Amino acid sequence: MAELFIFFEQIYRILFLLIPVLVSVAMIVWLDRRVWAFVQKRRGPNVVGPFGLFQTLADALKYIFKEIIIPASSNKVIFILAPIVTMTLALIAWAVIPFSETFVLANINVGILYLFAVSSLGVYGIIMGGWASNSKYPFLGAIRSAAQMVSYEVSIGVIIINVLLCVGSLNLSDIVLAQKDLWFVIPLFPMFIIFFISALAETNRPPFDLPEAEAELVAGYQTEYSGMMYAMFWLGEYANILLMCAMGSILFLGGWLSPIDLFPFNIIPAPIWLILKILFLFILFALIKAIVPRYRYDQLMKLGWKIFLPFSLIYVVLTASFLMYFDLLPGN
Amino acid sequence: MIAHAIVFYIFSLIAIVSAIMVTVSKNTVNSVFFLILDFISISCLFIMIGAEFLGMIMLIVYVGAVAVLFLFVVMMLNVAQQKNEWFNSSGRSSHIPVGLLVSIIIFFELIIVIGGWKYKPDLLDSIAIEINTDLTNTQSLGSVIYTDYIHLFQLSGMVLLVAMIGAIVLTFRQRSGVKRQSYLKQISRDRKDGIELVDVENNKGVKIDV
Repeated sequence: MAELFIFFEQIYRILFLLIPVLVSVAMIVWLDRRVWAFVQKRRGPNVVGPFGLFQTLADALKYIFKEIIIPASSNKVIFILAPIVTMTLALIAWAVIPFSETFVLANINVGILYLFAVSSLGVYGIIMGGWASNSKYPFLGAIRSAAQMVSYEVSIGVIIINVLLCVGSLNLSDIVLAQKDLWFVIPLFPMFIIFFISALAETNRPPFDLPEAEAELVAGYQTEYSGMMYAMFWLGEYANILLMCAMGSILFLGGWLSPIDLFPFNIIPAPIWLILKILFLFILFALIKAIVPRYRYDQLMKLGWKIFLPFSLIYVVLTASFLMYFDLLPGN
Repeated sequence: MIAHAIVFYIFSLIAIVSAIMVTVSKNTVNSVFFLILDFISISCLFIMIGAEFLGMIMLIVYVGAVAVLFLFVVMMLNVAQQKNEWFNSSGRSSHIPVGLLVSIIIFFELIIVIGGWKYKPDLLDSIAIEINTDLTNTQSLGSVIYTDYIHLFQLSGMVLLVAMIGAIVLTFRQRSGVKRQSYLKQISRDRKDGIELVDVENNKGVKIDV
């Protein structure tokens, strides 16, 4: 009986995390379109509900009632599996995100590795969708995104090593607590910039949205998808973007910690701070989408392998030597 | 404890079934997907025995990078077609003895390894280094790899480096006639190089020298 109770309690906790994440994904799509519109002096979605807040819900309803078309020559099992994989991987990573010192679903030892592993698995949804469609444009999109995501994962991995050198633990709560005095964005500012740009590439956001570049590839890997399956790709993509923003705020912006430990700031609950930081990073993502033109593919690869990777490797050596010389290594 | 056993058997069942499906399935891309499923369930097994670092690294390296490249290659080359041709060709039977020999050798190796591990109950006592249970997985691995086994670690790094250079040398081709852009040239261009202002007289053209 006790085990059953624990089981239901866990399910309750998972739902308590997942439903807010899904709702905020819907809201974030609206925010993205709004920011994009304001930069271009348009109004953006403002009709459905107050300020157009329910626009995404209306869109989702529309997608649910649309017909799902499965191409006759596609590999049907993998075709249907692809959006499910994207969506699932985008959601399971939230299990380790710490919203406060106590509010975390799974406080595991290797939290950052788990996050990194799940975000590196995200490429499978895209490859599967692109290949199973059995069509040229989706396949080209899938091949592009596979190379792109693998390349930028390398630099994200090296950046994570930089942060871990300063923390001395792979646990996400420890990473946040190590920033109590100084957020890592200050000593590791170049790494923060590279992380941000790599996160753009990892989530296929403009200016690196080559897997779905509409000028060349129609809609890339999503070309053959329709109805709810397209909507799942779309939601999974935005959940991944939110996840990358959460990862950035935990690694560099001090997670749930308030910027100053003084009266008006420290009465605000910890999860609110994390949400504010995620929102800040997301608005940067949205602004970048509005103001930067798309990269060419060879430029993207050059940036990843020839500039980001060597630079972040050199920074690892610098950070390690600095910590060694001033005897600041954690765990001593 | 029962839940632990059930989860263990579920994962190992998935691992074995998908390992069989890798070899059995007709479509090569499906084989790679089953291989990925196998990797994932094995890393879940690693995590279940408490080797969480190994499990996660397995996910990141094998599933996140190696299998992606596998898929990449398999999707690009139409391997399924070649395999069918190979199966239908007349020289098929000549490959069977070699395959049998290799599989028999691997089978006996597995028996020796498992047997040796089974009949050595004092294995834990014969380990030179003391096991410290206070440290996490990652810390204890790091403290051994970068101190006692540093030479072996460096050596394996060198082997990987040589393999990488070899792969690059084998596939590198210098192609002629490719137009390249140089950022330096593009950025260091100023207005004088790009634009020339010409006063044009009325009713007379301008001669542009190219």
